[in-house]
Order: sequence, then structure tokens, then C-alpha cells
Amino acid sequence: MSSVAMWRGCRRLWWAHSPPARLPRPPPADAGGGPVGSCGRRAYVPPAERKRFYQNVSISQGEGGFEINLDHRKLKTPQAKLFTVPSEALAIAVATEWDSQKDTIKFYTMHLTTLCNTALDNPTQRNKTQLIRAAVKFLETDTVCYRVEEPPALAELQKNEWDPVVAWAEKRYNVTIGSSTSILGPNIPASTKETFVNHLASYNMWALQGIEFVITQLKSLILSMSLIDRHITVEKAVLLSRLEEEYQIRRWGNVEWAHDYDLCELRARTAAGTLFVHLCSESSTVKHKLLQD
Amino acid sequence: MAALGAPLRTLRALLRELRHAAGRSYRDSPAYRHVLAGFRAHRVTSEKLCRAQQELHFQAATYLCLLRSVREHEALHREYHGRGERSPQEVAGLVGFRLPQQPGGKG
Repeated sequence: MSSVAMWRGCRRLWWAHSPPARLPRPPPADAGGGPVGSCGRRAYVPPAERKRFYQNVSISQGEGGFEINLDHRKLKTPQAKLFTVPSEALAIAVATEWDSQKDTIKFYTMHLTTLCNTALDNPTQRNKTQLIRAAVKFLETDTVCYRVEEPPALAELQKNEWDPVVAWAEKRYNVTIGSSTSILGPNIPASTKETFVNHLASYNMWALQGIEFVITQLKSLILSMSLIDRHITVEKAVLLSRLEEEYQIRRWGNVEWAHDYDLCELRARTAAGTLFVHLCSESSTVKHKLLQD
Repeated sequence: MAALGAPLRTLRALLRELRHAAGRSYRDSPAYRHVLAGFRAHRVTSEKLCRAQQELHFQAATYLCLLRSVREHEALHREYHGRGERSPQEVAGLVGFRLPQQPGGKG
């Protein structure tokens, strides 16, 4: 079987989560020894992950950019296009993702690969204007603009944590944003949206895909832009995005398999999106300092 | 600019994550060489504010966050979500309960 067919096959398996004809399979070997219980196998076992079918991962420079080789076979996208990325650092990060898969390939941990595939295939068939419009639409329902009135402790927390970010964005982009406790949200002037549309238009298509991804993760244009502009770190942005959840956790307690799981996933996705934007939009010019006597 | 702490700390944590991801031969991986070369190229000896160094440091911190979160997420997934549905006894155990015992059997 050629690598293309294998790759397509495994994507199909992955997407169609449980094909009707397939019987539940035993859990993967590394899952042994867990709390399976006396009744034997668990019900609704997730589909087996694909085995790691390659040994070495390497990078090569082609015409369109940098390519990933899995044992001398070129990596392809789900739509069978050649996988090429514009920057070497991004190619290295993607290769590291593939190389760090142990026995099975876990696609849900390979966020940079997924983002590159999205940018290459553009499965939603959107152009630049549509992408920007979708991103700016989040401003109308931005997380940091919606405030609560009660409980007072949460209202104060939101004021203390979110107000500085909103103030920073207003100053940085010279716009009016404001916040509201009404269900209709704040009244954001058209000039603010126009400013953000113009600003986002300065990014290339790859970076925009990443920006939209970050915005949909954080549910906030303002937090995403302060992250892209390096004003706050990923950890801080995720914390601010989950502020109410963090408040409830502090009050009612933390549940590892729900709260920590979500937190790790959100951090991983947000970090991947931010890194993707930075690696795709930077002009890689390294200036060496001249030695002076 | 976000507060990131000392660059050396980020570098050490990043290399630790790379070692965890790539195993014993992590020094031969392109990621190891790229990270180290990047940090060496942007090393400054004076106290001057260096924008390029800060940008690199931010990128390194972001990558560190990605690697760390992916590792933690995978561990949690393996522990709680990777093996399908749990039995009622296990679900009860997760929240600290035990199913009631019926000495005479049901009915």
C-alpha cells in the first residue's frame, strides 16, 4: 500500500469514529493493568489508534517550502496534497510531533499538524475576507466584555482581571470597546470593528487561520489579540478565558478528569495556535551583529 | 510585554520536555539543535532591552506550554477517557461512593 493510501485510510478511520461494521476492539496494549474489572472488557471501547508505521522523521526543503518525510515517504494532507510549510521552525515542530508518537499515532495531540493541514486544504473553502469577518464577529460576544452582577466576588474578580486587558486593547488599537452586564452585550461602535478588520488584513492567510483558531478556543478576540501581540502569556490568556470556571473551582473544588483535562487541552490548543501564527507571520531575517573593536 | 522570567529557566524546561518527547537520543533531534541555536544566537551580554530576544523568549515559552500541556493532556486522557465507558462501580469510585450491597441478592 502506498503511503498516500495509508494516510487517507488512517484519516478516514480517525474521522469516522465508530464504523458500524466494526466490532469493539480490545484496548491497546499499554492500557493493560487498568481498572477493567471482573466483567472483562469495557463497553464502547474507543477505536484502536493507528500504529506508528514509520521509524525516522526528517525534514527536506522543496520548491514550495519545507516538507516532512516519514521514512522517505512524503507526508500528505487529508486531501492528498503535499504537506509543505513556509517556515523551517514550523517544519521542525511538526516533525517533532510525529517523532514523539510512541507506539500509536495520537492525532488529537498533534495540534500543529492539524493546523497546517487546515491551512493547506482549507476545508471550509473560505477566503481572506470571510475569515476576517468570522474572527471579528467574536467581538460582539467577546468573553471579556460580558460581566456578571452577582455573585459580587465574581463581579469584582472580573473587573480586576479583565479591565486591564480591555484597557490595553483600547490603548493599543485606539478604539472604544467597553463592557456590559446586559444580555445584549456592549454597544461596540462600527469604527472599532473596522480597525480590527484592517489590522487582521495585514496578516497572511496562514496566520489568519491560526488567529481564528485561537479566537474560537479562547472565545475572545481581545484576549487572542493580546496573546498574538505578546502582551500576555498563553497560561494567562487561558486563565482569563476560563475566569468564571476558575472561580467556581475555587469555591466548589477541582475535578481532575473534567477541569484539568479541559485546562490542558485548552492550553495546548491555544499555545499551538499562537506558535503557528508567530511562525507563519515572521519574516525570518537573522541579523548578525558586526564585531566591533 | 508579558512577564516570562529568566530565559535560561525556559530553555532548561524546554529541553526537558524535548527529552521526554524524543527519548534518549534527543540531542540528535532537529528540534534540540534548533532551540539551542536560537537561544545562542539571541544571547546578549549587556543589560540592553533586546526586542528580538524577547520575541524569541515568548516563542520558546509558548512552545514549552504546548509540549507540557500536550503531555499532561495525554496522561489525563489515558487515565480517564482512553478506555471507553466505565462500569457503575468505577464511576461510583471516582466520586468517592460505593455501590450498596444487597446480602440476599436482588429481588
